[in-house]
Amino acid sequence: MRIVPFIISAAVTTGLIIALNVQLPIGGAKSPRFGYFLSPQHGFWQNAVPANKSYDGDIKLAGLTGKADVYFDERLVPHVYADNERDAYYVQGYLHAKFRFWQMDFQTRAAGGRLSEVLGKSQLGIDRMFRRLGMVLAAENSVKAHEANPVIKEEMDAYTAGVNSYLKSLKPHQIPLEYKLLDSQPEEWSNLKTALFLKFMSFDLAGAEWDFEMANARRLLGATDFEKIYPIVSDSLDPILPKGTAFAAPGLQVKVPANADSTMYRDTKDTTLNGGFVFDKKPDPDNGSNNWAVAGSKTASGRPILCNDPHLALNLPSLWYEMQISTPSFNAYGATFPGAPSIVIGFNENCSWGFTNAMRDVRDYYEIKFKDTTMQEYWFNNQWVKTEFRDELINIRDSADLKEHIALTVFGPVMFDKTYANKLQDGKYYAVRWKAHDPGVELLTFNKLNHAKNLEDYKDAIATFKCPGQNMIFATKTGDIAITQQGEFPAKWRRQGDFPMPGFDSTYMWQGNIPLSENPQMINPPRGYVSSANQLPVDTTYPYYLGGSYPPYRGLIINTYLNQMSTITPHDMMRLQCENYNVFAEFARPVLLKYLDENGLNADEHKYLDIVKNWNLRNDPSENGASVFKAWWDSLEVAVFSDEMAALTQNGKYAKAAKWPDESTLVEALRKDSTSFHFTDDIRTPEIETLQFDVVKAFRMAVAELKKSDGNGNLSWAKFKDGGVRHLLKIEPFSRFHLNEGGGDHIINATKQWHGPSWRMIVHMTDKIEAYGVYPGGQDGNPGSKYYDTFIDSWVAGKYYPLVIVPKAEAGNAKQFKWHLTFSKA
Amino acid sequence: MKFFASILLTALLSFAIGLFTILPWWSFAIASFIVALAIHQKPWKAFFAGFLALFMLWGLMSAYIDFQNNHLLANKISKLFLKADNSMLIVLITALIGGLVAGFAALTGSYLRKR
Repeated sequence: MRIVPFIISAAVTTGLIIALNVQLPIGGAKSPRFGYFLSPQHGFWQNAVPANKSYDGDIKLAGLTGKADVYFDERLVPHVYADNERDAYYVQGYLHAKFRFWQMDFQTRAAGGRLSEVLGKSQLGIDRMFRRLGMVLAAENSVKAHEANPVIKEEMDAYTAGVNSYLKSLKPHQIPLEYKLLDSQPEEWSNLKTALFLKFMSFDLAGAEWDFEMANARRLLGATDFEKIYPIVSDSLDPILPKGTAFAAPGLQVKVPANADSTMYRDTKDTTLNGGFVFDKKPDPDNGSNNWAVAGSKTASGRPILCNDPHLALNLPSLWYEMQISTPSFNAYGATFPGAPSIVIGFNENCSWGFTNAMRDVRDYYEIKFKDTTMQEYWFNNQWVKTEFRDELINIRDSADLKEHIALTVFGPVMFDKTYANKLQDGKYYAVRWKAHDPGVELLTFNKLNHAKNLEDYKDAIATFKCPGQNMIFATKTGDIAITQQGEFPAKWRRQGDFPMPGFDSTYMWQGNIPLSENPQMINPPRGYVSSANQLPVDTTYPYYLGGSYPPYRGLIINTYLNQMSTITPHDMMRLQCENYNVFAEFARPVLLKYLDENGLNADEHKYLDIVKNWNLRNDPSENGASVFKAWWDSLEVAVFSDEMAALTQNGKYAKAAKWPDESTLVEALRKDSTSFHFTDDIRTPEIETLQFDVVKAFRMAVAELKKSDGNGNLSWAKFKDGGVRHLLKIEPFSRFHLNEGGGDHIINATKQWHGPSWRMIVHMTDKIEAYGVYPGGQDGNPGSKYYDTFIDSWVAGKYYPLVIVPKAEAGNAKQFKWHLTFSKA
Repeated sequence: MKFFASILLTALLSFAIGLFTILPWWSFAIASFIVALAIHQKPWKAFFAGFLALFMLWGLMSAYIDFQNNHLLANKISKLFLKADNSMLIVLITALIGGLVAGFAALTGSYLRKR
């Protein structure tokens, strides 16, 4: 033995292995363990799916009670035929896990404030926020409520068992790619995780509020100015129930607290305000959707057509997974949530259903007075009440754990305290009252809709749905159409919960829920259609205050088109869903042009002015005018409001400590009367700036930006917007960028840069249902599969795939089925 | 003869460990080490036997997977870490890493055995 060379080569070997077996820092993140990651038998190569892979198979599982056949069509959409419902949900769980487990795990870790476990300290902000908001508390309450219902308990248990049966069958080298990249491990599924996923949707759809931001805006502007730019009803309003709909006297009379105005509103202007960043993540304000259903009176076939497209963040893997579920008791097809059982948006052999977001404000804050900083007792209704506590432990990768010690009050968890600052930066304690904390059995609604046969079944199915409030649309083969704004909504007095409220007694608490029967509903209206696009559900004669923020334009243009249309076909509906007409610009462009003084513009500026003047008001991918308009309008907002908001900026950037006024407010104000709209004046200068001044200033700002884009050949709307669909970890090669897509804000085709129609569906209620759908993603969540992003190009092009419920009897020899996977009891 | 036997044996053993066990990715280094111990060769020969065994095993396996996958994933991984759209580069790096570790493991084995 040669000692010295032996020691040296042994050291080199060990050193090499160690270097290849640790995560190295790369660009602020961490590399995978390269030896492991590149090993053909362990690492990413194992996730590279052969292009000609067969999905045939024969799976034996102990957890099944009967047999299930799964046929995949050429798009890898599974059609599940199970002997009973329990097995159907079991197989659904198995399939979700097989094709989407990493995203299910990742999304529920995010919802539960556990991203730091996987990604480290960088995620502490979002983790703390979700823990303190009570996401886990909400999910625990939800599980209890769901499991108290025997039907839903069986459904959830079967789904969870199905997910876990797949996980158990996974060998270490078969785990999804992202685990290998991040060097983490899959974790067992549970009913709590399904609930966490649903609460994540609640956060996304019913988590929006600007209470602290509105309070800051009010302090900044004073009461009079505040009302001008934060009005509670937008003007160009075409509500879901047409104006003039008569409402019965309210079943619940709310009592306005005597001192509401002065106590709550912080009426006096406060010049000491300053910004400063407070971590915050808000749901995207454009989390909304379109849905409409036209009656037989307006269609060519004489049968209803139902359409829905939910607008959400566009990610890969997609939020949606398409499938058919058939059991002896129901036969449904549509989009499902990986993470939850049932078809969520879809149809069965008798009816179809869909959702848009209700946008109601169901999340409020109450100031809590504690006896001392230990938070042991708080003042409520003239006495000290003992606090309960909830400790949440955040495990942080490569760091010490962090404990959130959260006080629980009669209102809810104390989200903001001495350890967690609010945007008023007043150092006070605020508890959050959020509808999503209340127990509800949301899965029951989907279960019942999957089984529904008629209008009565629909009413029964939606009756128990509490949160997130939705506009639930419905159509049947027999010709019924219906829409209901369903949810459990607190009955509020005017402006209740628009600002943080005093929580020293019960005066300001929610006094009760709006009786179910008073939720806005419309069934088979004479106009022949029902529709919603997140606009206000009702006009001001509705006897309750709604709160929230409601974009008016999409609803307006949808109704304009639907009013004009007749002998409608599914093809017409596809065109309408992908319509790029910009009705907002129809309102806003005349204001811009009217106040623009063209004298003094240079040649360059004239060029862009001509483009926007001659623009056809369509946000089609190739339109240059759409880019010019967008840049000009956005600049005008900055020119008008940035001075007022300046006190809340930090390092020159708008700190989001106050709510930015809605676009509709500015355009409506300018259309009516520009002279009394004094916000055009830059309060930081001695001169009085007019609207004319701001419009020119904004135009010059826009031209500077546009010239840059133009120089790079990026003036057309698609290139200017430069949208795409991003991987959940924002990993570039796993994302699809630079898509040639039109649409945008306030447009029926609501495709913004990273956000838009996440599932487009059209269902024609003919004897054999004729349905079409598409989502910007693919059935397999694995970036190494050719089914990862299959549908994106079709989606961009406004194309649809036929969605077909294949009856069980025909499944065996249906031409569109490519693979057959059988499940039976082991 | 010994040289080729070592290559074959190292590759086969390494492949079998990966296929039939859930031992960590670097277990092939032990295989390479044991083979070099059992079939004694000059150190440089042992090194190349180990190197070639894993260079070929990992290279061929990854190239085959890559071909079957129409280069889809390896191209993405190449873009991610090398900013280049080139799956063959990833195949080559994979092969080199396997080869280097196995080569040094074999070298160590060779030095351990008395001459």
